[in-house]
Amino acid sequence: GSLSLSSFLPSLPPSSFLISPVSPPGAGDQALFTSLYTPLAQQLPREPMEWRRSYGRAPKMIHLEANFVQFKEELLPKEGNKALLTFPFLHIYWTDCCDTEVYKASVRDNMMRWQGKLRLHGSADWVIVVVETSDAKKKNKTNILPRSSLVDKIHQIKICVVLSDPLQDSSRSQESWSAFLLKLRTLLLMSFTQNLGRFEDDMRTLREKRNQPGWSFCDYFMVQEELAFVFEMLQQFEEALLQYDELDALFTQYVLNFGAGDGVNWLGSFCSPVKSWTGLLLRRPIDMEKRDGIQRGQASLLELRSYLFCRQCTLLIFLQRPWEVTQRALELLHNCVQELCLLEVSMLEGALDCWVFLSCLEVLHRIEGCCDQAQLEANVSHTVGLWAYATDKLKSLGYMCGLVSEKGPLSLELNRTVDLLAGLGDEKAETVHSLQSPYKKLKEALSSVEAFERHYLELSHAAVEMYRAIGRMRSAQLIGKSLAEFYMRKGDPELAESFLQNALRSYVSEGWSLPVTHTRKQMAECQKLLGKTENYLQTSALLAGDANLTDEERIHFCQEILTFANQSTDSKGKQPKVALSMSSFAQLKQLQFRPATATVHSGTALQVELCLLSLMPVAVPLEQLAASVHLNLEQGGTNGKTRGPQSRPYPGTVLFPLANSSGMPPSAACPSLELEEIQDRSPLDPHTLNSTGMVCKNTHLVMRRHDSSPSPDTPNLVSPVPVVMDDGAKVLMSGDVTLLPGNNSIVFSSQELGTYTLRQLCATVGQVQFVLPHISPLVQYEVYSQEPQLTVEPLTDQLLAGLPQRAKVRLQTGHYTVKKGDALQLTNIDSMPVLTSSSCPATILNSTAEHVGESVLFIQSSEKVTCISLPPTPPYHTLEFQLEVLCVIPSDPVWPENQRLTNGEIRHRNIFCHCLCHCLCPQMSIDCPWSIYSTPISLTFYIPFKAKHSLLSAGNRKYIQVCLQNVSDVNFHLMDQRLTEKHQESSLELQSLNTKAQQLVCSKQSVYCVWDVRWKENMPLCLQCVFSASFSSASEEVSSFKPYHYEFQLERVTTLYSVRAEIMPAAGEQNCHSGSLCGLEMSITRLAEPEDNEDDGETEEVCSTKLMYEVADSSNSWVVYGRSSGLVSMPADANANHRVQVELMPLFAGHLPFPDIKVFKYLPPSANSTSQPDTDGCVENDTLSLLDRPLDDQGDTASIRSRGSVHSVGSGEQQSRGLPMPRLEPFNPGQVFNHSQGCQVLVLPSTDDHVLEINAT
Amino acid sequence: MAVCIAVIAKENYPLYIRSVPIQNELKFHYTVHTSLDVVEEKISAVGKAMADQRELYLGLLYPTEDYKVYGYVTNSKVKFVIVVDSSNTSLRDNEIRSMFRKLHNSFTDVMCNPFYNPGDTIQSKAFDSMVTAMMVQAS
Repeated sequence: GSLSLSSFLPSLPPSSFLISPVSPPGAGDQALFTSLYTPLAQQLPREPMEWRRSYGRAPKMIHLEANFVQFKEELLPKEGNKALLTFPFLHIYWTDCCDTEVYKASVRDNMMRWQGKLRLHGSADWVIVVVETSDAKKKNKTNILPRSSLVDKIHQIKICVVLSDPLQDSSRSQESWSAFLLKLRTLLLMSFTQNLGRFEDDMRTLREKRNQPGWSFCDYFMVQEELAFVFEMLQQFEEALLQYDELDALFTQYVLNFGAGDGVNWLGSFCSPVKSWTGLLLRRPIDMEKRDGIQRGQASLLELRSYLFCRQCTLLIFLQRPWEVTQRALELLHNCVQELCLLEVSMLEGALDCWVFLSCLEVLHRIEGCCDQAQLEANVSHTVGLWAYATDKLKSLGYMCGLVSEKGPLSLELNRTVDLLAGLGDEKAETVHSLQSPYKKLKEALSSVEAFERHYLELSHAAVEMYRAIGRMRSAQLIGKSLAEFYMRKGDPELAESFLQNALRSYVSEGWSLPVTHTRKQMAECQKLLGKTENYLQTSALLAGDANLTDEERIHFCQEILTFANQSTDSKGKQPKVALSMSSFAQLKQLQFRPATATVHSGTALQVELCLLSLMPVAVPLEQLAASVHLNLEQGGTNGKTRGPQSRPYPGTVLFPLANSSGMPPSAACPSLELEEIQDRSPLDPHTLNSTGMVCKNTHLVMRRHDSSPSPDTPNLVSPVPVVMDDGAKVLMSGDVTLLPGNNSIVFSSQELGTYTLRQLCATVGQVQFVLPHISPLVQYEVYSQEPQLTVEPLTDQLLAGLPQRAKVRLQTGHYTVKKGDALQLTNIDSMPVLTSSSCPATILNSTAEHVGESVLFIQSSEKVTCISLPPTPPYHTLEFQLEVLCVIPSDPVWPENQRLTNGEIRHRNIFCHCLCHCLCPQMSIDCPWSIYSTPISLTFYIPFKAKHSLLSAGNRKYIQVCLQNVSDVNFHLMDQRLTEKHQESSLELQSLNTKAQQLVCSKQSVYCVWDVRWKENMPLCLQCVFSASFSSASEEVSSFKPYHYEFQLERVTTLYSVRAEIMPAAGEQNCHSGSLCGLEMSITRLAEPEDNEDDGETEEVCSTKLMYEVADSSNSWVVYGRSSGLVSMPADANANHRVQVELMPLFAGHLPFPDIKVFKYLPPSANSTSQPDTDGCVENDTLSLLDRPLDDQGDTASIRSRGSVHSVGSGEQQSRGLPMPRLEPFNPGQVFNHSQGCQVLVLPSTDDHVLEINAT
Repeated sequence: MAVCIAVIAKENYPLYIRSVPIQNELKFHYTVHTSLDVVEEKISAVGKAMADQRELYLGLLYPTEDYKVYGYVTNSKVKFVIVVDSSNTSLRDNEIRSMFRKLHNSFTDVMCNPFYNPGDTIQSKAFDSMVTAMMVQAS
């Protein structure tokens, strides 16, 4: 028996490799093969083979499956046969002959014949299978063909495989089977590879001939598809798909070349008019019908494309890439549309739409068929394009066939529908029974207006939902918009409105001006139909100001508003006026106040000039333009300080940021940064900067989230937001204004008192009002009323007393009008007379400080009042003039304490407030014509001098020194200094020792004057003196000297005691030495009789006066040894003398000043004291004197106290408790004259400086 | 060559948009606006993967029957959209890329102009003439 061959048939399940056994004529081995067929067919594909490929393609593991066919000579491929599917790859000769005789008799010849035939057809792939069975051997024991010999014989020819006992279940049999199968697979694959390679080469050759005349794409298509089929059967879908993609690309290229003018003949068949547009058909793996058409070269472009896509789709689904199907489908459909156009294929109008629509739905159905719901939902993004495309196509079909209009299709459109339906042909068998086939859908949709609407809405909503689901909002809005158009066509504006609104909102928020304009126009139409007057007018206003529209359109919309406005006025309708946002109508660009301060006083008009940019295309007559203002209560009736918006570029002008024009998105118009520099200066030093930086003042605006819902700033753009009018507010009005396109200037004026904030702007056109709900930034103006004010202020920094000074009187008239005859009445005060003569010039200024007039004041002075007659002055003006006044310096000594006493009690009309800084504040009062109350006026004068006096003594002689200090900033000339006794009673003579000439006293400098005091009789106890001098300002040319007085009093002038001290070196020394003791001898001499009243309460001791002396050293250069202080009793007679000796030690060398010697009056404890110390002689008691001294000059006694302090403190305490204390009383300066004051003694350094005593206290 | 070229700000408003022929302007505006959906989708898809070494060229955003819409996004999220006529098959991906590169360079020049306020619509003549050179010459 014999052999076999393989063939591929496309109708068979893919990937089966078929080999059929063929038994040669006359041979009886059919039975043998039949017995082996089943295990063979089962086992052959069981194990994969590695398929190595040419051209470096990657090897693949494939399973071989074979179809066995009986050998017939007709089946052998003839020369030039390109069929690969029916190609016999391997020929097998089956025999179980083991008998030499039989072999020689028939088998050999049979075999040779078979081989001859094969050779004749050039087929070299064959194998001979010898099946050995033990049964056969047993049967034929005698004539056994030696296995080796037969095999050898066959070997000589070609290849032989021995299959032993194939039907027995033995290990030998299994081994032989697997060897056989391996061999068979190898051979089969070898043959296949070889033949495939040859086929591919042939195919390439054919393709290379594509530019030769007579080449046909359809023929080539069939060849390459053969290859695709082979790969498909080998389950090499990728490879199969590649073949189709190559075909696709090849065809596309030809079409493109055709478009470029490079036409080829075979394309002609694809250019023929399309008669059928049944759409893609994806339910069959292979659409044989179309394939036949292609094979015959009669397919249309759409058929070729459909078939190609169908195959690609099938393979992609095998490859589990359904989403590529949808993507390719969309590309294919777009491409087909383009190709048909390129090839200029004539087609019934709408037919292509039908084809696309059907195809879209078919692809979607196919995908739905192979995916579950979850998968579909997750991949909406892949399918939504097809949905949208189908929707679009159905829509255009609907429009084309008159299914969208309200009236239904016309006959022309009906005819077109019929033609289109005819091109669909009959429904394919696969879908006849399904309810929802694309074919049925289209047919139904085109059948009636209602059905179309249902299908169209269904599709649209599905597409919108899908787009929404995947977040493609813009795409959803676009479909929504076409839905809205559809509804509008159907006369259903209610449903259209929301879609339009959605779309419009999106376009506005993203700032796409053209779509905004277009959508808004549709919106206007919709709103007009709906009768939404207010919205329609608002939209019309926006459109009238839309620069994207033509002038005609803009004027139309503007006219719509005007027509409405006028109509309503005619009908005298009671309905409220329609309030619209102004931003679409006009923009407030600038606001200017006149005057620029935005502040006026009552009685004058404040002008506000608005610059309005009218966006309307034509002039619009306004009945009125009103700006409502709000009275700020908390600031009402203020004093006229300048206020209003700060930091303006131009005073009085407010520029308004340009509001969003419809074209700019809100995000782009976000507020610009308002930056301000900040500097942090050190509080100590203003020139030092701690830090500096920039501050953004409007962060709240800049940092606002942009992606939040539409901000309230842009209400006008999508749908009108109700505009709230301020009711009952005060308004500034301007009537009968005509707003011309572009900038307009409107002037308001206001006179009402108060501070006002501009709130709203409202333009009225008939029944329509355009309202600007907020004016931002805040704008305020003020109309104020002011009371008259009178102020008097010094002309210079300081007013000096004693000299004529100028003061400026300023009268701010406020609301009061100064009439002729009005006068100011000044109450005269003695200390400050008004010097100004009968007339003085005055100036009049207006409220902006401009000079408006001059006048002369007449001044009349009587004893009590000075009357200043004022010139007539209009309100809110300022009258200024100067007064010359003189403040008399009081001659009394200035004791602040006393002065305060008198302040409250006695002096009422002539009040001097005398401060420590030597100033005077005379207060006067002025009676003004506008008030019944007097206006108190206070001026502060500074006394230019400060005087001090002192008493100087020289023994018995006395001198008085006066120091005059100039405390002002002015230089003075001083002359005629005199000192007189106030009462001129005593026989004193004051002899001046001063220069008679004029003296210059510069600022902050002093002049000293000295007088020698002589007396004939007793010196009076108390001397009352008056110092007087004349001074004049050095800067004045004509010096008019003014007097200055200074009074003072001196008491107890007479020198009572003189003290004389002498320091003597130690005995035998010439000089004092530091560190060694020396003696101080002091002598106290009474110079004058004690006055009777000098020592009150010491009557019992008239005969003598007790003095206490004290030697103290303020410079720490002396150490007192022994007692440093003591009491002496001075006899009452004159020239009584008392000597005291004290031991001292100088601490340093050099000219040391004498230690201080102080003398006090000692007042013993009260008279009845029992422990009266010895009155005779010295009471040598250091501690007593030290502890009880009322004077606190501890520093002077520091060195004294350091000695024996322990003892002294203890005893002192005891005494002070039990006994009344003695007192010490200092003498007045001049009562004790120290001869040795200021004397020095020479102290030499110690000879032995090694024993220098260091004394630390 | 392109029939419409648009530059779109980060906030999705047009900085520049030009198209030929003029009468289809509105349609192109709608097309470009709608393409932002896909741009955003692509940006967010890529953003998850690798934000730093992102390819600026977004490729074909979506084809329509008549036009092909290509996208490109700068690192500052400014989008360029080029619309090409579908019938114009001579344009390959590489050419579109180079058009975008040219556009980007020119846009960078505009941004470098100290007098240009970022966020304003582009009115540069240099940019305009560059765009004109890339556009289909309206015959």
